Amino acid sequence: MTAQWTLSLLLSACLFRASCSAPAIPRPPRSLHPVRGFNNSGGSLSVDLPMALRVFSVDYHHVQAPFEIVLWIMLASLAKLGFHWSGRLPAVVPESCLLIMVGLLVGGVIYGVRHSAPPTLSADAFFLFLLPPIVLDAGYFLPGRLFFENLGTILWYAVVGTLWNVLGIGLSLYSLCLLAPGSLGDISLLHCLLFGSLIAAVDPVAVLSVFQEMHVNEQLRILVFGESLLNDAVTVVLYKLFESFLRMPSVSGLDVLLGGCRVLVVGMGGLFVGLFFGLIAALTSRFTSGAQVIAPLFVFLYSYLSYLTSEMLHLSGIMAIVTCAVTMKQYVEANVSERSNTSIQYFLKMWSSVSETLIFIFLGVSTIQDVHMWSWPFVCSTLLLCLVWRATGVLLLTAVVNKLRRNTVTFRDQFIIAYGGLRGAICFSLVFLIDDFPKKRLFITTTIVVILFTVFVQGMTIKPLVELLDVKKEKGALPSVSEEIHSRLIDHLLAGIEDVVGYWGQHYWKDRFDQFNVKYLRRILIREDHQACSSILRVYQELERQEQRGDEDVPPPVVPRSLGRPLLPQEMDSIRCILSTNLQNFSNKQTAAYSRHTLHQDAGTRKPLHRHQSLEERSTINTQGEDGEFHDSRRVRSGLSRSHTVCSVSPRRLLLDSSAPAASPQIADPRTAKKKLAFVLECEKQQ
Amino acid sequence: MGSKASTLLREEEIEEIKKETGFSHSQITRLYSRFTSLDKGENGTLSREDFQRIPELAINPLGDRIINAFFPEGEDQVNFRGFMRILAHFRPIEDNEKKSVAVSEPLNSRTNKLLFAFRLYDLDRDDKISREELLQVLRMMVGVNISDDQLGSIADRTIQEADTNGDNSISFNEFIKVLEKVDVEQKMSIRFLH
Repeated sequence: MTAQWTLSLLLSACLFRASCSAPAIPRPPRSLHPVRGFNNSGGSLSVDLPMALRVFSVDYHHVQAPFEIVLWIMLASLAKLGFHWSGRLPAVVPESCLLIMVGLLVGGVIYGVRHSAPPTLSADAFFLFLLPPIVLDAGYFLPGRLFFENLGTILWYAVVGTLWNVLGIGLSLYSLCLLAPGSLGDISLLHCLLFGSLIAAVDPVAVLSVFQEMHVNEQLRILVFGESLLNDAVTVVLYKLFESFLRMPSVSGLDVLLGGCRVLVVGMGGLFVGLFFGLIAALTSRFTSGAQVIAPLFVFLYSYLSYLTSEMLHLSGIMAIVTCAVTMKQYVEANVSERSNTSIQYFLKMWSSVSETLIFIFLGVSTIQDVHMWSWPFVCSTLLLCLVWRATGVLLLTAVVNKLRRNTVTFRDQFIIAYGGLRGAICFSLVFLIDDFPKKRLFITTTIVVILFTVFVQGMTIKPLVELLDVKKEKGALPSVSEEIHSRLIDHLLAGIEDVVGYWGQHYWKDRFDQFNVKYLRRILIREDHQACSSILRVYQELERQEQRGDEDVPPPVVPRSLGRPLLPQEMDSIRCILSTNLQNFSNKQTAAYSRHTLHQDAGTRKPLHRHQSLEERSTINTQGEDGEFHDSRRVRSGLSRSHTVCSVSPRRLLLDSSAPAASPQIADPRTAKKKLAFVLECEKQQ
Repeated sequence: MGSKASTLLREEEIEEIKKETGFSHSQITRLYSRFTSLDKGENGTLSREDFQRIPELAINPLGDRIINAFFPEGEDQVNFRGFMRILAHFRPIEDNEKKSVAVSEPLNSRTNKLLFAFRLYDLDRDDKISREELLQVLRMMVGVNISDDQLGSIADRTIQEADTNGDNSISFNEFIKVLEKVDVEQKMSIRFLH
């Protein structure tokens, strides 16, 4: 296992070497300039045949930039592959640590080869390209209900907690600098505060990657994660504030006050930008039925656009992109086909995974720097202060907020919140952006040390600590249909009781929002034929789908008798038989005139029904299937198309389509048979 | 508001309600003023019409059943004691209460909360949720856009998940078991403001 891992490492290192030095062709390698960001100056080489025709030439310069980007991504992905091969290692060491170590190795190799600093993570590349996919992924899969229930607490931690940390760390560091005027005398108060503002913020990337592997209870997870997302607004404002204060000749109280207002503007501004783009995305997705293949693209485009817009306006980009994702999710999911939904989810996961890997590797590579400025007191006290201030902050804030919460945050949870405050690449990029001043190198070194410490020490030990402290774990599976229904009942009940008592609590507002949603938003933003979805139906369908796919996460019914859950093989065969025989007739008449860009299945969906039937007959098929139930008629149609591509479809897919009508045999069987018969009759009629 | 309410409500009554339901003095007086504001007829009891006058309750899918739950068997009026008794189910469970050795279980225990929810389904009080009762509630909650078929299969699935003794209906114990992972104590509590 380790051999495989080392092998993939060596392979990647070689790939690196190839990109960094000139390829080994019978010419001596040229000298290379020091590098920044992704830029590497290679040269173009060719076999030196004087005046003759160049049969073989290598033009590295031409493809340099994309080539190197691809190599980095390849390195990241191979590394990720590599240590999932080694069985026990990922269980003990979190992925982020391993990636940083790989980065360190690669950085060391590059340094050894070229004797100059390896490329560092440029702040622009990080903020514009690497961070958005991760935050988008997090926002899209955010458990909305839980997030909003805990929103007050999350905001409390994010805003007040971050302020507490920033001021605490900044002021303590300044007092330290006053105490050691010899080495640290030229660091002013503003510098300390600036440093505090960037080092205090909990990083969503690091938190996500570590918490993903620990399955703590959802409330704890959403608290830490929500805080790491929302503190971006505060961090951005404070950082920019202190930076502009540094540039100004003097700072007055009014400026501080304006700074405070700016926090609000930045946060709310990001929120509104995200909301705006989210609603437009939802509206656009309503009209994508004609070009389903590009429907996922809109999700990404609009989210990224919201991020860029808010960055342009100096608002909080993270808040914008998260709000955009949360807003558009339910409408997009309802509007867009199932395949597009799956595509969206997979692409999000893929991009965020690649981004995260790249970030951590670059963190490792960038640690190998030419000039590090070290100062024992500064570094050690920063580490200590970060821990201390975070712990006290969490304790105090939780003591206050527990009085107002329904669900108290226990001491164990508090410990994990405090201990799980990892720093990551955001601090790193921010520190590089500071205007140059004599002690900037010290700040950079300290930041790197803090990040490495939190990711390695805290990241590695938090999992055993969770076990040791017996922190409540997550529930795991999807809620069963019963749970969903009974929870809904309880929600309605509580909303009613709140009305009786006249208390405008959580349920009241949730109810009001749901009513608004159904009355206005869903009407406008969702296609007419898809409006019906209630959450109970969705959970039920999702469970059905998962069972058909044989997912082991699905909670089995209490009584394990297979009451017609998966169809019996004979039934399956008969359905397939019927559909394929009838489709043979369709395909004979159909001409394959679909464009290059439509999926085969999508073409199949429409062509047979449009071309070879009159409108009347087509509508009879729809109504024959269900009484005006568009869901199932669509399923019937797509069932038609899926078995059209008989070789590619798995029997389970077919099951999916006929399973819902045939789900409960004791009632639906006669109906299904009738439907099948009706469908068959219709098909026969058309020939 | 305060003085008028407490003159109409005698101290002994407040003490009795306190003992029975566990509410504090201020909560009881506050809820009494709410009670009187709902009581348009000013006769010290609430009728169904009084409840139906609450606007948001009218659009609640389970509005009728919730209103019904306030009225004891076969009666049309509910007094303040009965009102408080029902609301007591939704009091949050305090930590110190968990250790108390009451003769009877407090009204806001988990079991009693679940029993309240169970009774919303089980109209005929036969201690079982039959398929029809489940379908009725589902139809109310889910709306008109779902076909009977799908609703039927959802109902069947629900019963199948819970039913352990095969009688095709959900008994109270099966109901408790299904919801064992759900944090009922938190979900079914309202933090009455002090």
